[in-house]
Amino acid sequence: MATVGHACLIFGLGCSLYGVVASLVGARTGREALVRSGRRSLYALFGLAVIAFVITEFAFLTSDFHYTVVATHSSTTTPWYYRLAAMWSSQQGSLMLWLTLLAGWSSLCIVMLRGRLRDVAPYAVAVLLGFGAFFTALMLFSASPFETVPVAPPEGVGLNPLLRHPSMMIHPIMLYSGYTLFTIPFAFAIGALIVRRVDAEWLRATRVYALGAWLALGTGIILGARWSYVELGWGGYWAWDPVENAALLPWLTGTAFLHSVKIQERRGMMKIWNASLVLATGVLAILGTFLVRSGVLDSIHAFVEEGNLIAWAFTALVVTMIAGSVYLVITRRGNALKSESRLDSLLSRESAFLGNNLVLVAITFVVLWGTFFPLISEALTGQKEAVGPPWFDQYTVPLVLILVLLSGIGPVIAWRRTSWSQLWRSMRLPAIIALLVAAGCVAFRPGNGDTAPLIMFVVGAFAISTSVQELWRGTRARQAMTGEGPFAAFRLLLARNRARYGGFIVHIGVAALFIGIAASSSFQSVSDVRLGVGEQATVGGYTFNYVKPIAQIETVGGRLERITLGSQVRVSKDGSFVGNLYPNRGYYPAMGSTLGAVSTYFAGESVSEIGLKAGLTKDLWTAETPDISSLMPVVRRGDAVFAKAAGQGLNPEARSLFLAAALNGLTTRYRNDPPPAQFRIIVSPIVFWIWLGAIIVFIGGVIAAWPSVGAVRDRVRARQAARVAQDLGRAQRA
Amino acid sequence: MSVIAPIIAIVVLGLVVWFVGQPLRSRVAEEDDLREEGRIADLQAARDAKYRQIRDLEMDYRTSKLSEEEWRSLDRELRAEAVEVLHELDQLLPPDQRDVAAPDPPAAPLAADPR
Repeated sequence: MATVGHACLIFGLGCSLYGVVASLVGARTGREALVRSGRRSLYALFGLAVIAFVITEFAFLTSDFHYTVVATHSSTTTPWYYRLAAMWSSQQGSLMLWLTLLAGWSSLCIVMLRGRLRDVAPYAVAVLLGFGAFFTALMLFSASPFETVPVAPPEGVGLNPLLRHPSMMIHPIMLYSGYTLFTIPFAFAIGALIVRRVDAEWLRATRVYALGAWLALGTGIILGARWSYVELGWGGYWAWDPVENAALLPWLTGTAFLHSVKIQERRGMMKIWNASLVLATGVLAILGTFLVRSGVLDSIHAFVEEGNLIAWAFTALVVTMIAGSVYLVITRRGNALKSESRLDSLLSRESAFLGNNLVLVAITFVVLWGTFFPLISEALTGQKEAVGPPWFDQYTVPLVLILVLLSGIGPVIAWRRTSWSQLWRSMRLPAIIALLVAAGCVAFRPGNGDTAPLIMFVVGAFAISTSVQELWRGTRARQAMTGEGPFAAFRLLLARNRARYGGFIVHIGVAALFIGIAASSSFQSVSDVRLGVGEQATVGGYTFNYVKPIAQIETVGGRLERITLGSQVRVSKDGSFVGNLYPNRGYYPAMGSTLGAVSTYFAGESVSEIGLKAGLTKDLWTAETPDISSLMPVVRRGDAVFAKAAGQGLNPEARSLFLAAALNGLTTRYRNDPPPAQFRIIVSPIVFWIWLGAIIVFIGGVIAAWPSVGAVRDRVRARQAARVAQDLGRAQRA
Repeated sequence: MSVIAPIIAIVVLGLVVWFVGQPLRSRVAEEDDLREEGRIADLQAARDAKYRQIRDLEMDYRTSKLSEEEWRSLDRELRAEAVEVLHELDQLLPPDQRDVAAPDPPAAPLAADPR
């Protein structure tokens, strides 16, 4: 089937290139048949990508090690569900995922247009097919998932153990969905600029994809943070790693765009800004993929084996995108991008959105500069130097504080203009709540004197209060107008003003998330201790007692997957039992190793599994690094015994049995005579708020993105039309 | 297997060529005035935006962000702008597709319809 998969890629490349030409020629000459044929090329690309994707997944699922990509990224001991996800841990598979998602989302968008934007769509299709051609060509010429060997190895290398986590099955799909969905508004912006039709129509048609991209990317970022927190064994959820930043960059500009687009829709203002933002977001989405796949910057996430050609290809693509975008914006900045109205007042929601945009773009610039600083410093000084989290925090923390404050002010200001007295009336209660929180912070002085987290509590409380107040007031207003019950009024308020009130729910989630980040990162207690069995350490007021060691062999389908060494840690506070934690470290065998028979089982990757007791107010987190040095003399003796036995003609079955006995002996020895182990213990307040905030953001985002029911929209349009007609009639009579 | 794979590939290629080339074989009406169609779509988007603004403005008033005086003043402006858009749209659309249809004033006052 590799031949069929490879053929699909070749046909996909041909189809994409043909579609680009057909769409462009069709658009320029007005030949509808060519435009339609170009559009069909996109659908065909999707079909071909799906076939190629399914063939690759089937190879992973059946552990067909004839495929090089399967042999190097999976194994028979990899559980079947991780075998499916193993595909996108590889360069080849992730490019395939990108192509499939791109073609799928793009096809969906073009189908959903239902004949609208007929002048813009062919150019957008050409751009999207251009991306399709790029990724297909990358696979064909640099990283084909269909490269095979005549004789399959008996066993694969296996999936990187770090990626054996449930969130890693969804995280890449979410990130790539975000990236690929952001290319849709990008493509339509290019089309709209080419035909000089930068009005509200293209924004309306593509906004749902921008919102979907924002939601998917945000979900991917949070899943990545969760993975980092529970899998990487360092206790954090964000490290300003280049690949984390790469996902954050388009999310930030996308957030700015989702706000400023409202101003253009309502007032016909900020057309240049919006076009620039959406183009920048598209470029940053490709840049994000580039950073993950090229290996140009060192990252724990950059799973790259062969980078050079891909790095150059991505660089060329990004440069082309930037040059094309800049050219189009500059050449269209005259009439096409001229504002239709001006800002009525600084005291308006438009101003708050503008402020929010400036802050988001400033954060984007800081993150971009910090992320690429190693390349910048290398270019200027010849030395590759990276900036660390303190550098990022220094600039982003004040900007985020302003952002959260603005997210509290925005919902209470009216569009166009409002008065100070009206604004104060709307902000009075949230301001009082914020002041009470501020007074509490001053009175109790939590933490180590750092004021930034305290300010975050205050502005966060303010932002949450304003959004909750708006939801409450909206419900009350609806009740007063319709006589509905509170629940029905609330439900219908959300259903009929999805973008507005979904957005307010997102604000609540974002504020909760940042409060969680501020508290957990500033007020956490961390301790690295070495404990023997029966010994204890006190961290953050909690006592952690190393009760007993745990050592076991885990198998899948009769084959050893890993050896786990860990411990049971009893946690108590003031003598009262709080819970048991079970941190451990899994040792995976080194496949194809030339090491000794026993030591090979300790020579592969080792991955920490944390012990976590999460709560509403506190997380108790532990990671353990067992000391296996005491086992190594025994391991080496075992290697020697097996080497000698092999020389005396030990048959494979007997070897397996003896090996299993030897490994069992090792784990028993560890249980009976455990050496002291190294523990990292963290007590963090309200980490839970981060995940809760993310869930609230997700719910709000889904509400905002959920499409309106066409019938309802049409009915509303008719009623509004009737009202305007009534006014028109009055005006004419007057 | 070595024979089946190329056959499947050829079948896939045939399907792709047939599917993508289909519009070129059938007679498709050529578009003659995309510019006017685009202008209509833009005006329709602008009209919908005005309706949304009128609705949101009322919500702003109902949730105490605007005084009644401010609301009425802004509402008048928005309605005047909407009327302009509708006028322009009427000139471009054929009579049977025009949106402004209800000659009788709605019985219920504006506040009775929170949407």
